[in-house]
Amino acid sequence: MHGWSTAADPARDTGWSEAPARKGFFTDGSVCIGCKACEVACKEWNGIPEDGLQMLGMSYDNTGGLGASTWRHVAFIEQPRRPVGAGSLTPLPLVAATHGQEAGGDPGSGFKPDYSASAGASSGPQDTAAGSAETGIRWLMSSDVCKHCTHAACLDVCPTGALMRTEFGTVVVQDDVCNGCGYCIPACPFGVIDRREGPAGARNVGIAQKCTLCYDRLRDGMSPACAQACPTQSIQYGDLDELRARANHRVEELHAAGVADARLYGADPDDGIGGAGAFFLLLDEPEVYGLPPDPVVTTRDLPAMWRTAAIAGATLLAGAAAAFVKARS
Amino acid sequence: MVPPATFTSYYGRPIVKAAPWQSDIPAYLFLGGLAAGSSLLAAGADLMNLPELRRVARIGALFGAAAGSAALIHDLGRPARFLNMMRTAKPTSPMSVGTWILTTFGPLAGMAGAAEVAALLPFRIPIAGRLLDAAARPAGLLAAALAPGLASYTGVLLADTATPAWHAAHRELPLVFVGSAAAAAGGLGMVGARLSETTPARRMAVGGAVLAFTMELQMERSMGLSAETLHSGKAGRLFNASRGLSIAGAVGTVALGGRNRIAAAMSGAALLAGSVCTRFAIFEAGQASARDPRYTVIPQRERVTRS
Ligand code: SF4
Repeated sequence: MHGWSTAADPARDTGWSEAPARKGFFTDGSVCIGCKACEVACKEWNGIPEDGLQMLGMSYDNTGGLGASTWRHVAFIEQPRRPVGAGSLTPLPLVAATHGQEAGGDPGSGFKPDYSASAGASSGPQDTAAGSAETGIRWLMSSDVCKHCTHAACLDVCPTGALMRTEFGTVVVQDDVCNGCGYCIPACPFGVIDRREGPAGARNVGIAQKCTLCYDRLRDGMSPACAQACPTQSIQYGDLDELRARANHRVEELHAAGVADARLYGADPDDGIGGAGAFFLLLDEPEVYGLPPDPVVTTRDLPAMWRTAAIAGATLLAGAAAAFVKARS
Repeated sequence: MVPPATFTSYYGRPIVKAAPWQSDIPAYLFLGGLAAGSSLLAAGADLMNLPELRRVARIGALFGAAAGSAALIHDLGRPARFLNMMRTAKPTSPMSVGTWILTTFGPLAGMAGAAEVAALLPFRIPIAGRLLDAAARPAGLLAAALAPGLASYTGVLLADTATPAWHAAHRELPLVFVGSAAAAAGGLGMVGARLSETTPARRMAVGGAVLAFTMELQMERSMGLSAETLHSGKAGRLFNASRGLSIAGAVGTVALGGRNRIAAAMSGAALLAGSVCTRFAIFEAGQASARDPRYTVIPQRERVTRS
């Protein structure tokens, strides 16, 4: 699709000779109940500090998004229920999360629910998503996490080698190596990784932090804390191949039940990141959940960028030389 | 094409994260460019026997490399771990490539610059002073050989991210940046050296300004929707300033740069300031494009719809 070679086995490609099967997450948004047990379990297991207790005023989500001290984040979308029979892929009357030209950075500024748009819509096949027919609202919930990309931009651009590929095919920051240059942060196409802020000297302040897919637990043969805590099995952990098969089956099941919106995100090894190690089942377009619709690893264009830099450097050198031709006055 | 009026996002929240970098990084973009351009100017002046231009340019390269390195280290989350940059060399990381270029360039340009500073002292430094004199030319020439890399890699540094305005400009950024570097270095030469020696500096300054200007026009076309960020808010004000200063400096250089010492110095100063504004404008445009999800969602949505 992007003409980008796919690496089926990132661990082995990185030089792990004895690598177990690639591990990952399948997060099934169709059964998420928004309880945030994953967020809590992640914080507890990984000893992540509190990073704000403010009310965001936009939905039941007061976490906001992934960051240095939020490695699981449950997105919570309240949207008008679409009329039954509406084409599944036509744009939703998404008043709640749709912004005009001038929409800026103020979270929640565009949140003006227009319940009348869908008033009277009766319960339809989308009933698997939480919500009530009386209010005309449907709730979408999904737990976001680092995608553990096959082609991980964060890892590519890291100048110290602090970001590394584990034997499980996951992407992990080595806390003792990272010097906090911050390059991985704008490199990630999903806005996952961030530098921890806080008082100097506090744990891992000043260095890049993100989900490790519980590297420590994996090495002991345990499943990650979030998957362990999830009460509905919305977060499933296992061998990536098996998870993909299971997810394909789940989508077929949902389509057969009339949930035409169900689609996988990040499960395609031919996508712009070579497929995610942590992928999702969504019930609406990715951007509704705060995910980029077509993420591409930035380093895919790096050879072209180096070529441009070479041309630029040669231009500078030639220009400088030309500036000295018959320069003595 | 007319971008869609509306797009969908998660409560207007950003998708990609803006770089956590403060003004250290755009300052470094300028200082590194100034150092690179100056080292080329110094090498030429050395070979052509233009001692005053050589002195200004060598000291400019020394200053740019030293202040630029300090800015880079200051910006780290853990400055004390700076040396971890040296534990590996990664061609997939423009920052790694750049660190190696800068750590090689720095001492070389530093040696040539130190020789000039030593010559300004009222006394002679025994032995070490003579060694420095002998090393200045080879060191300066080697630094100049690295200068094209130092001036151009910073364009790749910004472009190799998911920041919409930077990545969309990846075909032009290195060219804009070498132009800006040449304009700054030429400008410094005009500020610091006597008229009879600044012919190469003036040519370099005007050539650089023209290159940066034309590549910026092309860059805006490549950027598509995210080019908006160069024309609004802080980035917009800086971009306008960079345009105004660079044009004024270049016109002043051509009209009066060879005849009037004061006008030459003022034109040179305008070009230096223009280069500063160029770097800060592009930096801020990228940050603004990361903070607003429209620049991430709309182009990607269009790509999906097309395929
Ligand atoms: S989602 Fe971002 S942080 Fe996670 S592996 Fe991919 S690039 Fe790195």
